[in-house]
Amino acid sequence: MRWNVDVRTFREWAERKDKSPTPKLMSLDEAVKRFLRNGAVVAIGGCLYSRTPMAAVHEIIRQGFRELTIVRNLAGFETDLLLVSGCLRRLITSWCSPGYAWGMSRVLRHYVENALAEFEEWSHLGIGLRLKAAAMGVPFLPTFSMLGSSIMERLGIAEMTCPYSGEKLALVPALYPDVAIIHANRADAYGNIQIDGYTHMDKDMAQAARHVIATVEEVVDGDEIRRSAERTIIPFFCVDAVVELPFGAYPSECWGRYEADFSHIASYQQRVDERGIEGARSYVSENITGVSSFMEFLSKVGVEQLLGRVRAFRNVVA
Amino acid sequence: MLSHERNFTRSELLAVMTARMLEDGKTIFVGVGLPMLAAALAQRLHAPNITIIFEGGVIAPEIKPGMLPLSTNEVRAARKAVMLPSIDDVFFYQQRGYIDYGILGAAQIDKYGNINTSVIGDYEKPRVRLPGSGGANDIASTCSRVIVSTFHEKRRFVERVDFITSPGYLHGGNTRREAGLIFGGPYKVVTDLAIMGFDEESKAMRVEAVYRGVRIEEVLENMGFRPIIPDEVGEIEPPTDEELKILRSIDPDRVMLR
Repeated sequence: MRWNVDVRTFREWAERKDKSPTPKLMSLDEAVKRFLRNGAVVAIGGCLYSRTPMAAVHEIIRQGFRELTIVRNLAGFETDLLLVSGCLRRLITSWCSPGYAWGMSRVLRHYVENALAEFEEWSHLGIGLRLKAAAMGVPFLPTFSMLGSSIMERLGIAEMTCPYSGEKLALVPALYPDVAIIHANRADAYGNIQIDGYTHMDKDMAQAARHVIATVEEVVDGDEIRRSAERTIIPFFCVDAVVELPFGAYPSECWGRYEADFSHIASYQQRVDERGIEGARSYVSENITGVSSFMEFLSKVGVEQLLGRVRAFRNVVA
Repeated sequence: MLSHERNFTRSELLAVMTARMLEDGKTIFVGVGLPMLAAALAQRLHAPNITIIFEGGVIAPEIKPGMLPLSTNEVRAARKAVMLPSIDDVFFYQQRGYIDYGILGAAQIDKYGNINTSVIGDYEKPRVRLPGSGGANDIASTCSRVIVSTFHEKRRFVERVDFITSPGYLHGGNTRREAGLIFGGPYKVVTDLAIMGFDEESKAMRVEAVYRGVRIEEVLENMGFRPIIPDEVGEIEPPTDEELKILRSIDPDRVMLR
């Protein structure tokens, strides 16, 4: 069977997982080393350039993982970086582009049109339902989306006639990632995670995955989480690693903290426009593999630039 | 339309004509670019009570002129919104029947309103890999009425799309319903030359009206298939000075009016 929807195995795995409330603070280097492996299915949280866990993407590239399947509902700039670094074999998404201002990704086109990477296309809700089904612990979820389309035909999505209503429905198979990596506003040391603003698909992604690495803007005391429990969207027992990393989503945005830095993405795009794949690789070697940590990358970006994005966020919500 | 009479660009024309299609009091699923400008323009003219819904998870944002979001899931897109639901929930409102209009663009569209934004050429080794569906398939599948807003070009209007990313009336007739899509479907196709709809029976594209000064031959020359031409084709007034003034004030830096 093409889809691994073996709910029993995934459930048994969750049953065996250590669910005791233990502190999970660690370095990003350690978290990525411990939970990723070559060929893993890795779900990346956030959406396009909102709360993309960029620090973790950098670390994956620095550690040189290969043959990854990346799951992301709307994929962007980070996918280019993973492609040109040789990490990504298969992209499961509904859409991939650096964003409205830049149109198609030249990097993605090169890799997919030359069959160097696979592009597995679902509808946006299709990706959402795959993760939601896994998060719910069921093998599929029904929807009217994708019926009659080439997406459904290419993927071989099954359909059924509803035994109650007689309606035809597409059955979207569950997707259980090996690792989900998300960037959030805050968490305590145990991994109770709070996200401000857009939640995207992060809740379901974390609930669906075997392992969850959370980078957060700030680690707070457990009492602070208990005082605002209504904002917690991922409970500690789903989470394996908590890494404190302010600006860990840069150059994408983090709600409540900073706006995306489109000038940074534009400067990357300029390299691609001028020198294609080599331009993208030069960005990686200067900003990712050529530095020892995400903090060093942020230092290169500069305090002034980062604070400018903080002010920009305040200006938008004002 | 003769170029010397025009005091507006193609993008402005498309945004204005799309805005005119939007009914007051309705919920509208829009993406960034011209659809968003069209919705923001309609709100400032005939439809102050339309509700904008963004795919990234936003209900009823206020679009601030000159501060336009570049995606539907960033801080700017959420400005003064009433709710930020999960992405799944946005599509569930739609599947439930709460979203009246969706506006889509098209790299390719065929005579039954099927849209391709995935690949040109072979799927495994495409000539051009396009960004993909995003929410377009979901909108085309479950939104009540889909308005396709695109430039009128021969390379876009093709006899048969290479890949059905977003279903229109599939093979025409009753085939959309037979595939299980029991509601919705393309409602209008708005271009920079004409407004088109779909024949009730065959579901083939039909020219409904052209903009003043546009010849029907011009419409046909810029299509890769022949739409139905009824005996009477309406004529639509060009954008008014007021429409253009407000539209330009929404995007003063011409980020989207490219």
